[in-house]
Amino acid sequence: MNPGDPTRGRLILIAIFGVALLMNVLPGPTWAEPFIPDWVALTLIYWCMAAPQRISVGVGWTLGLLLDVLYGSLLGQHALAKAVIAFLTVRLHPQLRMFPRWQQAVSVFVLLVINQLIVTWIRGATDQAPGSAAYWTPSIVGMLAWPWLFVILRDLRRRWQLS
Amino acid sequence: MITAFGKSFHGPSALTRFVLLALLSAALMIFDHRGQQLQQLRAALMVVVYPIQVAAGIPVDVYNGLVAVFTTDKELKERNLALEVERQQLLVRLQQFEAIGRENDRLRAMLGAASRVADRVLVAELMEVSLEPFSRRLLIRRGARDGVYIGQPAIDAYGIVGQVTQVAPHVSTITLITDPSHAIPVLDNRSGLRTVAYGSGDQDELTVPYLSRVADIKEGDLLVSSGMGGVFPAGYPVATVTAIANDPREGFLRIRARPAAQLNHGKQVLLIQATPAAEKPKTP
Repeated sequence: MNPGDPTRGRLILIAIFGVALLMNVLPGPTWAEPFIPDWVALTLIYWCMAAPQRISVGVGWTLGLLLDVLYGSLLGQHALAKAVIAFLTVRLHPQLRMFPRWQQAVSVFVLLVINQLIVTWIRGATDQAPGSAAYWTPSIVGMLAWPWLFVILRDLRRRWQLS
Repeated sequence: MITAFGKSFHGPSALTRFVLLALLSAALMIFDHRGQQLQQLRAALMVVVYPIQVAAGIPVDVYNGLVAVFTTDKELKERNLALEVERQQLLVRLQQFEAIGRENDRLRAMLGAASRVADRVLVAELMEVSLEPFSRRLLIRRGARDGVYIGQPAIDAYGIVGQVTQVAPHVSTITLITDPSHAIPVLDNRSGLRTVAYGSGDQDELTVPYLSRVADIKEGDLLVSSGMGGVFPAGYPVATVTAIANDPREGFLRIRARPAAQLNHGKQVLLIQATPAAEKPKTP
């Protein structure tokens, strides 16, 4: 199989998203919770931006559904949130690609907040939304992590000629 | 995931697919919130994500393995000794409890009330994964195959932990009493006052709202399960009242309590199995 082989590319993408899901459920102490960004959302935003013809709303929705199962949350809750950010990212990808890195990070922050807002609204409507201000710090941490994650994923994409 | 959706790209436009998937999510949420119809779908998907959960536990397993390797003989002996002493103390207390239990049964027999049946328990090991951020849930390595059912109460050595809310064949989810969506009927062990303790979402805090400013409750009171509602058996410790704020401008007391169970650093929980007598709690 050569690097540009579609089956291989597909497997590598599955592996990358698998790792992202894994990182979202890695065990840690409760106090560390506010400092763990939503890796799945960040990875999804990157691929929707870099390869919108390949990764978009459908993949986002599926990832969100798997996350719902992993988290034990209401089915469809994260699925909807991830589908929304995938849709927005695909819509905005020409601009996002042109942005300087810091501006891109700010846009990612906005997308992450939208992701969290949707989840909070649904949790508030179905049982009880988390009230603490610490709930929002993962989006800030995600924004700070973005430039590094971007470089890592871009290198992976170039090496394996994904997209 | 990519095989399923990567191919269908040339079909409907992105907006159409987005709208369809959004409607599908809404339908899923409504069905999942209203009833148990999606339990099987969730159980099936649980099997799909099981490898991820196992992989997530590997770092902790490796850490525990390393700790075991570097634990010296001396430490083990010391620990063994400490446990032996603790066991002796517990056995002494148990002797009293057995006598009291028999006395209680005799008294209940005189009153014509059903005698309390000793609860059977199932030990369940925790799975080392984190669930949804800012919710308070645990995943355990016991599922429908082991007889776990929804609503089954979970305790640890110190008090009530929570209840089972989702069951898959091999794993199940426990919602802790500190989860913001959880409420448990309790009884003030000192005054006999009945009320309900709600989860705060904080890792070790419960709140007891809607108690009037003259209610007989004090700091340091132990709250035990009252058995009302039929989910939790009566008489297990739930929390200790840590703070009471009595603000004259508010109609109710503001009460906070610390859970009795070790919700953050346990390695296993005990699931209480319903016995015929426990299934139908006597209404007071």
